[in-house]
Amino acid sequence: MITGLLAVGVNLGIFLALSIWLLISERILVRYGKCTITINDGSLILEKEGGITLLTALYESKVFIPSACGGKATCGYCKVNVVKGGGPILPTEVPFMSRGELRSGTRLACQIKLKEDIEITLPEDLLAVKEYRARVSLVKDLTHDIKEINLDLIDPPEIKHRPGQYVQIQAPGPEGTVFRAYSISSPDYIKDKIQLIVRLVPGGIASTYLHNLKEGDEVLFTGPFGEFRLSENPDTAVLCIGGGSGMAPMASIIDSIYNKWPDRTCFLFFGCRTTDDVFYLDKFKKMAEEHPNFKVYYALSDPLKEDEDWDGETGFIHLSVDKYLPENLDLQTFLCGPPPMIEAVKEVLKNKGYNPDEAFYDKF
Amino acid sequence: MNPTPVLTIFVASIFTNNILLASFLGLCSFIVVSNRIETAIGLGVAVTFVMVFTTAINYGVYYYILVPFHLDFLSYIVFIAVIAAFVQFLEMFIERFSPTLYYALGIFLPLITVNCAILGAVLFMVIRKYNFIQTVGFGFGSGLGWALAILLMAGLRKKMGYSNIPEALKGPGIILIVTGVIAMTFIGFTGILNLQ
Repeated sequence: MITGLLAVGVNLGIFLALSIWLLISERILVRYGKCTITINDGSLILEKEGGITLLTALYESKVFIPSACGGKATCGYCKVNVVKGGGPILPTEVPFMSRGELRSGTRLACQIKLKEDIEITLPEDLLAVKEYRARVSLVKDLTHDIKEINLDLIDPPEIKHRPGQYVQIQAPGPEGTVFRAYSISSPDYIKDKIQLIVRLVPGGIASTYLHNLKEGDEVLFTGPFGEFRLSENPDTAVLCIGGGSGMAPMASIIDSIYNKWPDRTCFLFFGCRTTDDVFYLDKFKKMAEEHPNFKVYYALSDPLKEDEDWDGETGFIHLSVDKYLPENLDLQTFLCGPPPMIEAVKEVLKNKGYNPDEAFYDKF
Repeated sequence: MNPTPVLTIFVASIFTNNILLASFLGLCSFIVVSNRIETAIGLGVAVTFVMVFTTAINYGVYYYILVPFHLDFLSYIVFIAVIAAFVQFLEMFIERFSPTLYYALGIFLPLITVNCAILGAVLFMVIRKYNFIQTVGFGFGSGLGWALAILLMAGLRKKMGYSNIPEALKGPGIILIVTGVIAMTFIGFTGILNLQ
């Protein structure tokens, strides 16, 4: 009995002493003081108490850089270029970096602990990223698992985005808020609202959340992100190839193009499984009638059911690209779809004499 | 009281009674981290550092707190807590005073908390009834011995990159076999010095 009590007491005492020792040393040792973060040669200077990560510091100061995993170094989105400070790259970051990035000092913002003054460069675009509050104005079923969600911006009331960019939706998850990227499908000239096309992923936190939204619900998102820049030269043809819910950025691109250049050449190749997955086809057919240089090709990869009509293409989408895409065009390409589709399409582009590495693509 | 001279303990714990090659302790990080020489050196230094200090601190805790109260049955849990706390402290300390070393050791420092070679060294210190000086010598020697072993393996693995290893043995399989061979050569010298 006495030994037992003594054991508990001594054990407690030792553990307590260790904890106190650690707490005191933390107080004394872990002091970093104020650190300045200089962004883009002084175009923005932030002053922050040290000890937090660079990602947190930037978020606190309303500089929104993309991040999907919440600082666990698993998504690799929060890349920044570090000019000075921040220490050497950590083993947790290396897998996300290409050789060029390793050499140029690219780091993951979530892995840099703020201990000293640091100088970083960010794409100018990211400084324009804001946090938006928006209200759902319309939810429309496009297919059995894809919905079109229209959001009216509340605060700030306007967004300035380029076609092909995306926003990060904040969705409440079981372990806190998660951020998921969705491309904006509305064109760049509509500034007071955005539209998203969301496919329901079974078990997906954000897509389930978005699919359950009702008109009038409020949504928070940050954006716009994305590096795609549509060529401003009206003689450059635009090629959009997508599959599944990869329609969103291309809908935005096409709508924006024909608002500005009614005669520009543009191709849309869109791959679906069955007729149940087809959406927006009527809208694009109507556009193609108005703009003769707009060509639309939808292809179904699964065989038709018995009582179905289909006057479009069949087979995987890269076969249609091979069949209809002319050679020797001045071409800007945007690919959006699952990785095998992108690989197949890149091969076709190469055979036609285009450089597939110049294409901009979004794999998901 | 153990009559072995401290120098003997020091040399023996590096070579003939190497904690990794003779007792096979600390194998997990040994297998994982021996893929590059730089990281192997980093972890080796960190282990040596922690081993010297934790054996010394645990010597004090054991002989001045646990033994007087006849609570030596608590030794395992107390030893582990001391090791964990010390590693935490060391991390803060190094981060503050030598950022270069901190970055060099990187993630290895917290990993050491769960390195069984550290606990092994502490337990040997108790079993072999070392005094304080012997304890420090033993801790330092064991740490150096562990560092030596992982460095040897990292060098060999660099060479093994070019050898034709049977498919089934690639990875940890061949490493364990090679470790066994190195261990035999080291144990071959136990005739010169042997710790009991």
